[in-house]
Amino acid sequence: MIALSDYLTVSAILFAISIAGIVINRKNVITLLLCVELMLLAINTNFIAFSRYMGDSAGQIFVFFILTVAAAEAAIGLAILVVLFRSRGTIDIEELDSLKG
Amino acid sequence: MGIEQIVFYAFSSLLILSALAVITVRNSVRAVLWLILCFFCAAVIWMLLEAEFLAISLILVYVGAVMVLFLFVVMMLDIDYAAIKQGFTRYLPLGILGIVALFGGIYSLINSGIFNLANMPLPAAHPADYSNIRELGMLLYTHYFYPFEIAAVLLLVAIIAAISLTFRGSRDRKVQKIHEQVKANKSSRLRVLKMDAEVELPLTPTNSEADSDDTEEVKG
Repeated sequence: MIALSDYLTVSAILFAISIAGIVINRKNVITLLLCVELMLLAINTNFIAFSRYMGDSAGQIFVFFILTVAAAEAAIGLAILVVLFRSRGTIDIEELDSLKG
Repeated sequence: MGIEQIVFYAFSSLLILSALAVITVRNSVRAVLWLILCFFCAAVIWMLLEAEFLAISLILVYVGAVMVLFLFVVMMLDIDYAAIKQGFTRYLPLGILGIVALFGGIYSLINSGIFNLANMPLPAAHPADYSNIRELGMLLYTHYFYPFEIAAVLLLVAIIAAISLTFRGSRDRKVQKIHEQVKANKSSRLRVLKMDAEVELPLTPTNSEADSDDTEEVKG
């Protein structure tokens, strides 16, 4: 029998890995976007696990909406990335400091 | 050890390993491909949790659309990967510290006994004629209809934003520029040139003129 804590542990590991990915890869915007997707995956797994073990389908509905928002976020984020690369020629975060004042 | 546990542990470990590969590989294209493997493993785990519709839609929507979009963008950008990974080892201790602190906190909460099998037992599996899509649809089109409509509008906004951000055709469009038409005055339309008066030449056609006339006729 797989306990709820097993699923929660897997998604906690996944979430911690994606946090570490954001901290480690400070230069590459694409990897940051991938880490955000990974975080959303971990959270969705949590939602579905709780939905299964508590017998409430509302969690799955919430995952549905999270998937929608994540798809929109990925589309707009990548569009911003393309425009950024076109105008600056780089996606290094540390060089994007023109708003520093 | 039942088949469910074997599937769970196999795909969980594969999920975690591929997630580690996502954040450590040098090439962004490979990172995206590892993330696709992550999504497949997560879909299997969601299947185990009897969320069949979401597992299928994770593969169709994420692997089929979002990750392909990522791949397109990553392959379109010409990135210098050697320069971009330079600070990698500098932040590695901080990353490991963050991972340990965060995961330690979450793990101690998860395994404090609230979520074990005694407190939250696994509910009985659904019968064979149970339809996850029907269950979700019954909820989505009744209780959650208003958020559903908002999600549709959100996707529309995302489409318009993405297109208008990356659209490059407007500079070449042949449209009226009314502000330039209003600002026009005589000097922008009419230019008076000063030049010397023409000197009258004798009207004797030279050979070269006759030749050029001939060639024009041949062309015509």
